[in-house]
Amino acid sequence: MRELSLHILDIAQNSVAAGAKHIAIEVNENEAGFFVFRVSDDGCGMDAQMLRQVRDPFVTSRKTRKVGLGIPFMDMVTQQCGGRLDIASAPGKGTELAAYFAADNIDRPPLGDLADSIAVLLAGAPQIELYFKYSCAGGSFIFTTQEVRDILGDACDFANSEIYAWLSQYLGQQLAKLQGRL
Amino acid sequence: MKSLADLHALRDKLKADIKLRKETGTKIIVGMGTCGIAAGAREVMKAILDELNKRRLLEVQVQQTGCIGMCEKEVLVDVVRPGEARITYGKVKPEDVPKIIAEHVVNGRIVEELVVGKIDE
Repeated sequence: MRELSLHILDIAQNSVAAGAKHIAIEVNENEAGFFVFRVSDDGCGMDAQMLRQVRDPFVTSRKTRKVGLGIPFMDMVTQQCGGRLDIASAPGKGTELAAYFAADNIDRPPLGDLADSIAVLLAGAPQIELYFKYSCAGGSFIFTTQEVRDILGDACDFANSEIYAWLSQYLGQQLAKLQGRL
Repeated sequence: MKSLADLHALRDKLKADIKLRKETGTKIIVGMGTCGIAAGAREVMKAILDELNKRRLLEVQVQQTGCIGMCEKEVLVDVVRPGEARITYGKVKPEDVPKIIAEHVVNGRIVEELVVGKIDE
């Protein structure tokens, strides 16, 4: 995958597949010298054995489709970029994944279109309660699905193409502002 | 600049739309497993939602699914029209989306050159 925002979408899809109701996605361009993203959820979680095997592309359980090549890819890319992948999980509790990349590593894939990844994630899984935080040198931005639901009430459906259109533009502009692209 | 305040205006519009909307049962389903995403499913999903919004096709439901095992044919997009066979399109690119929506979703004419599977109702 060419963009970290695609990895973030892929990892968050695991949370959706794990039956999560709440997902938190946090992206920080520079946290003590590392570009970091974290995805945590309250899905079904993994037991100790699954957690040990989850980085192995040949030990994926296709029946549940909890993971695929996504985690092994992510593990490899972080290591190639002077970073690491941390995964903590417990059955019934949920999963927390944190990917670290040395901030100045030239091999780190570009972040890409994070706004699109978030809007598409919600369009495909409109029932999710999402907390999203993006931080960079320009500051921080937080978006929650709750703030949209509070305004739209029962008219809120993130799979609605009009809400999607608003969300992708809103997020895109907020991120561009912080990144100094607007 | 878009803001949360836009949603107040959008709310009344959406509520009016819900009243107008007929449940036709037409669905578009995009494969969003790792294989789908790596092949460009995000851009295809985006193109579908943009096209539906542009054409005001409010009654068409968009859904996602995981890997169905035809990874080499991703991006996979299924179109389901009530009472008709479920059609799976393969290697779909964002530029194919307007055609699939205009021909198949709206007019019921299958875009044969992109079909990789068919499941009878």
